[in-house]
This record gives sequence, C-alpha cells and structure tokens, in this order.
Amino acid sequence: MDFLNAIILLLNYIFLPALTYGSQLALGAIFVTLIYGILRFANFATGDMMAFGTMVTILFTWYFQSLGISLGVLPTALIAIPFAIILTIGYMLLVDKFVFRYYRANKSPPVQLAMVSIGVMFITQAMVRIIIGPADRRFFDGEKFIIKAGEFKEMTGLNEGLAIKSSQIITIFVTVVLVSILFWFLNKTKTGKSMRAFSDNEDLALLSGIDPKKVVMITWIIAGILATIGGALYGLDKSFKPFTYFNNMLPIFAAAIVGGIGNPFGAFLGGYVIAFSEIFLTYAYKKFFMYILPISMEPETLVQLLSTDYKFAVSFSILVIVLLYRPNGIFKGKVL
Amino acid sequence: MLGLIILVGIFQSWNVALSIFNMCLISAVMTMGANIQWGYAGLINFGLMGYAALGGLAAVLISVDPVKEAWAAGGFNILMCLWLIVVMVFAIRFVLKSFEKSKFRSYGIAAIIIAGIVIIRITSEPSIEAIEGVNPATTGFLGGLGLPIVFSWIVGAFFAAGLAFVVGKVALGLRADYLAIATLLISEIVIAIIKHEDWLTRGVKNVIGLDRPVPYEVELQTKEWFINLVAKFNFSKLDLIASISDKQAALNQLVIEGSSVFVKLCYSGLFLIVVLALLIVTQKALYSPWGRMMRAIRDNEEAANAMGKNVVKQHLLIFILGSAIVGIAGAMLVTQDGLFTPGSYRPMRYTFLIWVMVIVGGSGNNFGAILGGFAVWFLWIEAAPIALFLINLFTAGLGDTHSLKIHLIESVPYFRYLMMGMGLLLIMRYRPKGILPEKIEIK
Repeated sequence: MDFLNAIILLLNYIFLPALTYGSQLALGAIFVTLIYGILRFANFATGDMMAFGTMVTILFTWYFQSLGISLGVLPTALIAIPFAIILTIGYMLLVDKFVFRYYRANKSPPVQLAMVSIGVMFITQAMVRIIIGPADRRFFDGEKFIIKAGEFKEMTGLNEGLAIKSSQIITIFVTVVLVSILFWFLNKTKTGKSMRAFSDNEDLALLSGIDPKKVVMITWIIAGILATIGGALYGLDKSFKPFTYFNNMLPIFAAAIVGGIGNPFGAFLGGYVIAFSEIFLTYAYKKFFMYILPISMEPETLVQLLSTDYKFAVSFSILVIVLLYRPNGIFKGKVL
Repeated sequence: MLGLIILVGIFQSWNVALSIFNMCLISAVMTMGANIQWGYAGLINFGLMGYAALGGLAAVLISVDPVKEAWAAGGFNILMCLWLIVVMVFAIRFVLKSFEKSKFRSYGIAAIIIAGIVIIRITSEPSIEAIEGVNPATTGFLGGLGLPIVFSWIVGAFFAAGLAFVVGKVALGLRADYLAIATLLISEIVIAIIKHEDWLTRGVKNVIGLDRPVPYEVELQTKEWFINLVAKFNFSKLDLIASISDKQAALNQLVIEGSSVFVKLCYSGLFLIVVLALLIVTQKALYSPWGRMMRAIRDNEEAANAMGKNVVKQHLLIFILGSAIVGIAGAMLVTQDGLFTPGSYRPMRYTFLIWVMVIVGGSGNNFGAILGGFAVWFLWIEAAPIALFLINLFTAGLGDTHSLKIHLIESVPYFRYLMMGMGLLLIMRYRPKGILPEKIEIK
C-alpha cells in the first residue's frame, strides 16, 4: 500500500513523458489543422517540413557553437530557433509560390493538392538528407537534467525516482506559451479573426474585403513558426533523424483529426489525447500494482495491455474509431 | 522504355537489366491494382504496403513447412484464441442488431472489445511463449502448409481481399483525402501486427529460404545441358581464348553469370504471364458495361445513385479487386526475393512510390499504369548512377578532394527522392492526366 511510490511511478513513466510527447504532437497537429482549415488540403509534407525547420536550427546551432556563443544551462538551439524560423518561412513561401498557388488559383480538388504535397514531401526529404545527411544528430547542450532520479530518491527517501529533464520542461513551457500567443492572435486580433473567417466560409470572407493573399501568407508564416519550434523541441528532447520525423507525421495527423480538423484548439487537445492514450495503453503496470495491491495479490505477468510495438497502432486505432463514430472529432471540425 | 532497359543491359550488365525488368513487372502489377481503384472509381488507397505485406505473408504461410513441435506446443491454444475472436465479432454484431443506437449500446460494445482483448491476451500468452520458444533461431513460429509457392499468389490475393473488405466497410464512406489517411494508418496497423506477432510470421527475425518455382542457380551450374547452352551462346568469345585452362575458367564464369540470367528470365516469364493476364482482364472490364458503370459512378455519384446503381457496393467491389491485385504483387515479390522481411514494408517505398507511378503513367489507363510502373521504377533504380554521372559532370572543375564534391557524392542515394518529387510535380502541373491519359470513348 505504497501510494506515494505508485504516484511517483506514474508521474515519472506516464505523465511527464506523455505531457512532453503530447506537446510535440500538439504543435504539429496545429500546423496540420491550420493548413487544412485555411488552405484546404491535407499536407503530406508535414513531417519533412518539420525536419527541414529542425535541420536549419541544427545548422545555426553548430554555427553559434563554433562562434563560442552559448546560453549556459539552456540549450544553444533556443537562440538558433528564431533564425531558423525565418529561413523555414522563406522555404515554405517559396514552395507555396511555385507549387501550391497554381492549384489554389485553379480551384483544384483537395485530392490534387494532397498529391502535390506528396511531391513536395519527396523533394523536402531529399533536401534534408542531402544537406545534413540521414544520421542521428543530437544537438542538446546545456544542463540535461533538472532533477536526476538518484537525487530525487535521496531527497525524499522514496523507492521510486522522478527524473525531470530540462528538455521536457522547455517543451511543455514553450508549447503552452506559443499556443497561448497563437490563440490570442486568432481570437483577439483583426488578422486572426479574418483568418478564421476565411477558414469558415471563403466566399463570404472575400466579400467582406479580406485579402486572401495576406491570409495565405500569414498562414504559412505561422505554419513555419510551428513547424520549426515543434521539430526543434522534438529534436532537443529525443534526437534529430529525418526518418523519425516522417514517421511522426502519422500520429500528428491522427491528433489533428481526433481533435477535429480545422479547429486549432481541438488539434492542441488531440495531441495530448493521442500521447496519453499511446502511453497509457502500452505501459506495463506490474510495478504499479505491486505498490498498490497487498503482497498476496501481486501480479506475475507484466500486466501490459498491448506491447510497446503497438504504440503507433494505438493512436491509429483511436483515429479509425473516431473517424467511424465521431468524424467531426472531439470538437466539431470541418465536416468530412 | 524497353529500349532503356536494353541499354542498361549493354552498359551495366544483363543481370542488372533483368532484375530491373522483373521489378518493373511487379511494380506494374501493383500500379494496375492501384489504378483500378483510382482510375475506375476515384478511390485513393494509401494502404498499398499493407496489402503487399499480406501477399508476402501468404507466400510464407503457404510454402514453409509446418513446424510440428510448435503446433504441438501451442497450436491448439492459438486456434482457441482465433475462435474467441470470432465469438467476439459475432457478439458485437448481435448487440449492434438487437439494440437501438444509444450510449448504452456503444459502451456495451466498447466493454466487449476491451474484455475480449484482455481475455485473449491472458489465454494466448503462454502458448505464444511456447511457440516462440521452439528453436527461435531457425523457426520460433507455426510454419505454413508446405504447398508450392505459386499457390500463394492466389492466396495472397484472398488475404488482401479480406483485409480490403474490412477496411472498405469501415472507411469507404470517407471523403478522398480522409480515405487516404485512414487507409495509410490502417495498413500501418497491419504491418505493426505482422512485425510483432512472432508466432505467426517470425516478426523482425524474417523468414528466409523460401521455396522457388524456378531452378536454383547452383543446380543449374552443374547441369550438362545448361553448360552446353552457355558454351554455344558464347562460342565466338570462347574461341578467341587459346589455352584450355583459361577457356575452362572463362566458361565457368560465363556459366555462373548465365545461370543467374536464366533464373531471372524464368521469373520474367512467370511475371509476364501474370501481367498479361491482368492486362487482358482489366482491359476487357474497362470497355464493358460494368466498366462504364464504374466510370459513371466516379464522374457523377449522385446521378448514378439516382439511376439506381448501388454505389457503396460497387465501390467496395473495386476496392477489394484492386487490393487483391496488389496482394498478388506482394506474393510475387516475396517469391522472387526468397525471403520475407516485415521491416522492409515502409510507406515511402511502397505506397507513395506506387502512387507516383499511377499518376505519372496515367490514371484510368491500364497501359499507362504499366508504363508508369516501368518508368518510375527504372528512374528509381537508375537515379543513383545518373546522379553520380551528373554530379561528376558539373563539378568537373573542382578537385577530387573538394569537400562539396565529396559531400554531394555521398548524398547520391537521396537524389532519387529529388527526382521523384520533381517528376511528380512536373507531371501534375503540365500533364495532370499522366503520360498516357484515359481514353474517353466518344460514341
């Protein structure tokens, strides 16, 4: 009956990782949902655009590190991110001008735009791998742990340690701040409201005098910011490998659709829903039950509902179930 | 197109040319399957890798000999669990039919599913461990039926059709790009199951040494008639060599190469039969009343519905047929390779590449599908040598140790993605219907 140990176990192995992973997914999901809602197509180049932003961040980080600039306990990448954002936005605007604009002007069906985004995906993948290579890159410098598991055990005398990595706290903090600014922008400023109007009903918005070119440009700017920060935070927390970013695109899509596609707040929550369910359903609860139940009822097996190989399968299954029973998502998004 | 392949044969080697040709044939089959779904019915199926994997799984399950100890250890238990799954499905159907739609019913179904998963996990775990414990280095799984591998091509089609039936029932009501995402994710789930369930597929340990429908190279190299054939073919070359021992050595080398070429030609023959058969069937279907009905549904679904055509049923039928064809291709691929690697089924390599083939070749046109399969696969394979050639051309001025040149040469494998992307974008912009567009009959 060791409740404190059990709670620390859950915090360490479930809550903290799920909050971090959920934040990373949430940023990507808002990226997907904004492009879907305003530009009206499913962007299959999402993972690779995030990889592109992260790649530029890494290049700038290396440059700053070579110049001897550093932030001490915080990772140098934080200084590099603003510069990376500018370059990523530039790339996205270029892609929009040369690729997507033609189909938007011709009012092509969303299917064609999705196919074209696959072409963009191929090209972006190629560019990232040609420029920085496919290998694993770790670019976190600075204090890695805020509290180490051993220190925690010493401080509290408990059996279970709680390790808090600084990248986790940075991720959660930056996500919350960024998303708050984004929602303030979308809800309170005139430009944000015009974007939401454009997403809701394009014809009426155009009639009201909203400039579509400005809306599109601002969408890509916000998308660039989200992609770069989301990708960089994921890379800081885990590591940068272009292949992983492509694979991550699928849970991001799942998160966006579960939350209600076209609805940024839904995407934000969807990220956490997916992350928490992935980790909840694939964690081995044996130790947890050992702390909670009396010794006679201790479980023998791992008490793991689904193996960790099925992590992605869990989020996809949730998506399929949502698509069947509640296709608009948790918060009513665009109708299918 | 064939001319290009012959060029490769002359410049690089006949072996390479033939292996490209065989893969082109397999890709052509996959593209035809995807084309049926997209061109005839306007359905986007991004789950192609799942169906190819199921085809490969069929190849394993049909041709590998059964592992008797594994069956003795856990076979009965596994069958019990399969029965439990069937019971669960029937229970859900019963609940769905007898109760009205309500929150109660949804919770009931969810409870059945969760309870079912838990029960199945608990009952199957000891038997799975037992099966995987039987000689895990070489087997560790249940094995198959031990039949000739060519049967698996048809069984693969059935496996893929089965999955397509389930996916179709679930996902076909969705709009185009949602269908794409849903099929992509469902196929990821299927691959995850195949990778993980070692007791069925050996998972990531892979299955090697599958049976072949064609002779083995080593056997051929010892057969009299084959050696004589190679000698006759290369008569002029061998005549130029003077000494007997050199001649023998050269002949041996030629026999080894020749056996490889011969085996590949055998595969080509088998694959050509499949491609031609499929082409004839699909062409006949295209210009039949059924084909016209499918195109009518694709072009104006509401009108077709108003005319009394059961759109849902026809879409499901096309979905199943197209996926079955991709399953055949998956079985063919595993047959040719002789090994089944679940880890190699990645979306980039299968789903997206095949869709590039469909779009580039021409959607709605079977010849376009075959052309797309050939052209894109050829570009995919030859992109690396072509890129190397171009890089050397453009950086001829820089020295050999220049860092940029070295970096570019190291990145040569990734130029194929660049070429694929550029190709796709150019085609979609300037020739959106593909190289061979759909022929529209005007009566």
